[in-house]
Amino acid sequence: MLFDDWMDRYDYLIEQGKNLKALDPLLKTEDILIKGCQSKVWLHASVNEEKKVIFEADSDAVITKGMIALLIRVFSNQKPEDIEKADINFLNEIGLKEQLSPTRSNGLHAMVRQMKIYALAFQSKLNNLQS
Amino acid sequence: MTNLIYNPEIIRKQFPILKSRVNDRPLIYLDNAATTQKPQCVIDQIVTYYTEVNANVHRGNHYLSSLATEMLENSRSYIKTYLNAAHSHEIIFTRGTTESINLISNVFGEARLQPGDSVLITEMEHHSNLVPWQMKSTVHGARLKVAPINEEGELMMDELAGMLTDDVKILAITHVSNTLGTINPVKEIVSLAHEKGIPVLIDGAQAIPHMKVDVQDLDCDFYCFSGHKVYGPTGIGILYAKEKWLEELPPYQGGGEMIESVSFEKTTFNVAPFKFEAGTPNIEGGIVLAEALKFIDAAGISLVGLHEKALTDYATTKLLQTKGMRIIGRAKEKTGVISFLVDGYHPGDIGILLDKMGVAVRVGNHCTEPLMRKFNIPGTVRASFACYNTFSDVDIFIEALNKTLQMLR
Repeated sequence: MLFDDWMDRYDYLIEQGKNLKALDPLLKTEDILIKGCQSKVWLHASVNEEKKVIFEADSDAVITKGMIALLIRVFSNQKPEDIEKADINFLNEIGLKEQLSPTRSNGLHAMVRQMKIYALAFQSKLNNLQS
Repeated sequence: MTNLIYNPEIIRKQFPILKSRVNDRPLIYLDNAATTQKPQCVIDQIVTYYTEVNANVHRGNHYLSSLATEMLENSRSYIKTYLNAAHSHEIIFTRGTTESINLISNVFGEARLQPGDSVLITEMEHHSNLVPWQMKSTVHGARLKVAPINEEGELMMDELAGMLTDDVKILAITHVSNTLGTINPVKEIVSLAHEKGIPVLIDGAQAIPHMKVDVQDLDCDFYCFSGHKVYGPTGIGILYAKEKWLEELPPYQGGGEMIESVSFEKTTFNVAPFKFEAGTPNIEGGIVLAEALKFIDAAGISLVGLHEKALTDYATTKLLQTKGMRIIGRAKEKTGVISFLVDGYHPGDIGILLDKMGVAVRVGNHCTEPLMRKFNIPGTVRASFACYNTFSDVDIFIEALNKTLQMLR
């Protein structure tokens, strides 16, 4: 049944949001804040010894946090060039259509865009170090 | 609970969209403060206009042009009567409340604002009655002053009176708060301001759908509202400007319709209202707006107001049974707007899940960011009622809210 479908989906998102590893409060600064009309998202990125990008994030809204948790699972601990090149069509297939509207500044697209920007920045930094 | 005179079930039947299903649930539309749905008579007249009337106005000498012009001017005249304005030329067609306020802030700023002057607004203004004044104040070297509200979301009248000083050139104030539902005592405020010789602009966007407005009784200088919030089309609104201002204030935009004669050296301007209506107006919107007002007049605006008040009281009582419920805006005089938060829950999460259950509410700062900052909250969930909402809508909304909180717990 459709009803159970969406309920299950959102129950899962809420659970993911609640289980997302907390972001160090010291990292929750203004410069990593993606501001939206409805909720706030903090997205932090760093590079580990293996030159892979590690994403950590938080939000004041739990469903948003659940969506970030999904993205982190896909994009974190990956090489910058892989993140940049990643095909994001899977977003259309996970049944969260209403969260995909390009006008939602805190929608999934905005978060993915921000993740790709971080990856690009890290990649050019790593390239510069090599050259 | 059924009102013997006012039956929302009958009214409801006139709104085809309310039969929709959303996410496989019957639509419960509680976002009326953002925009109202349209009755069949309004939809029909839009179709009629384009199938039988469409032509440009005020200049053609052919049959359809005369017909369109006559219908648009009849609408202006109806709106004049509806607002009890003294003259039809005091009724100016705009795109909506926002454009009405921008028009006045521009032309009034040009005519009257000097360095050292102030514009007085209040803490509960919508961004559209704040930003235009801020922009014009900056241009003319004037400053913006803000009258405070109390914790209940009511204007602090003594403070407001004290702020009506010589430097204040205009007071711009909302009739009803879109976020709090507070009804401001605008008649009393206009009288206080006029004692000091200060003109008053009233943002009536949230008042017109819920109560009878008489601009001569209020004695305000300017009154603004939008068609789409009162069962009419989007992209049409009204600026009422008292006759004494029509000569003094310069034109807003330049273009066709607003001129009397044009040469490369000099242009002379048309008389009001055309002086303020450059370009081809929203003819369809202007004509159909009168139809929307006729609809609400036939339903009985004061009965609508009473019905919405009853729904608000009923919903408020039910909401307060929820643990951690916090209602923002508890003014003694308020319309059918309930802004709320539940401790421990983000309004955005509540909005998403309510939508999944077919309940449309608004979530966010409602274009009143400074007001959210005053209450130190991230935003609210806002349910707002219209003539077609029923007690059953409230029950379904409350049930969906309980389910939502259960899922988020």
